[in-house]
Amino acid sequence: MATERLAIIATKGTLDMAYPPLILASTAASLGIETAVFFTFYGLNIIHKKRMHELKIAPIGNPAMPMAFPPSMQNAVTNAISSVFPGPPQIMGVIPGMTDLMSFMMKKTIKEHGVADIPELLEACKEAEVKLIPCQMTMELFGYKYEDLIDGLEPPAGAATFINYVIEADKPMIIFV
Amino acid sequence: MATITPDKTLDASGLNCPLPVLKTKKAIEGLQSGQVLEVITTDPGAKADIPAFCNRTGHQLLETVEEGGKIIFYLKKK
Repeated sequence: MATERLAIIATKGTLDMAYPPLILASTAASLGIETAVFFTFYGLNIIHKKRMHELKIAPIGNPAMPMAFPPSMQNAVTNAISSVFPGPPQIMGVIPGMTDLMSFMMKKTIKEHGVADIPELLEACKEAEVKLIPCQMTMELFGYKYEDLIDGLEPPAGAATFINYVIEADKPMIIFV
Repeated sequence: MATITPDKTLDASGLNCPLPVLKTKKAIEGLQSGQVLEVITTDPGAKADIPAFCNRTGHQLLETVEEGGKIIFYLKKK
């Protein structure tokens, strides 16, 4: 059978941007497609032992963020707030602690909706034999050591290795996140 | 009501994309060819995703039953 390869490039290190590459990768691998994720720039935080637990979502600069409360926090007051504000007012984003609060609320919402968390999705990727490749250059740039990153990764690699991995497949596909 | 007797049941109720598909993949691996896996899910997205999984992997989707907010799939391992 012709080889089919899906290569995903994860460049962002916010909570919301950690999901798409991991969901696509674990699913593609489950469908029998050879899959790799190349973590570069802030995307490295997704596979950083410590930082993967501290991924955040910022209200500032994100006008699309809805004013959504976790199901357990929905009551007359929060429903009234949600109906008045389409999202957190941008100015609130500069208040110290607001990013942490929003991240906490988002994580709570994710949990209550039965959506997997990031460590769980990484485990699913590893189980499905997704190749998780850290970018050598960015690791040096940020001062991340290989042992700072989670176990079960491929050796750090550069652009040429990654492009070669993709292009040697009969049916290659790249997704940039 | 379904008349199929499954060899194994996977309860993926309350789980959302992509977990029902990932768990289905894992569960069906443990079966013999021709055996039937029952997958119970509450994720509306699974309605399209489980058939897509079957289409791609070659397992046969025997039947889909919707009852009381649950979507139940019967998959025959290829």
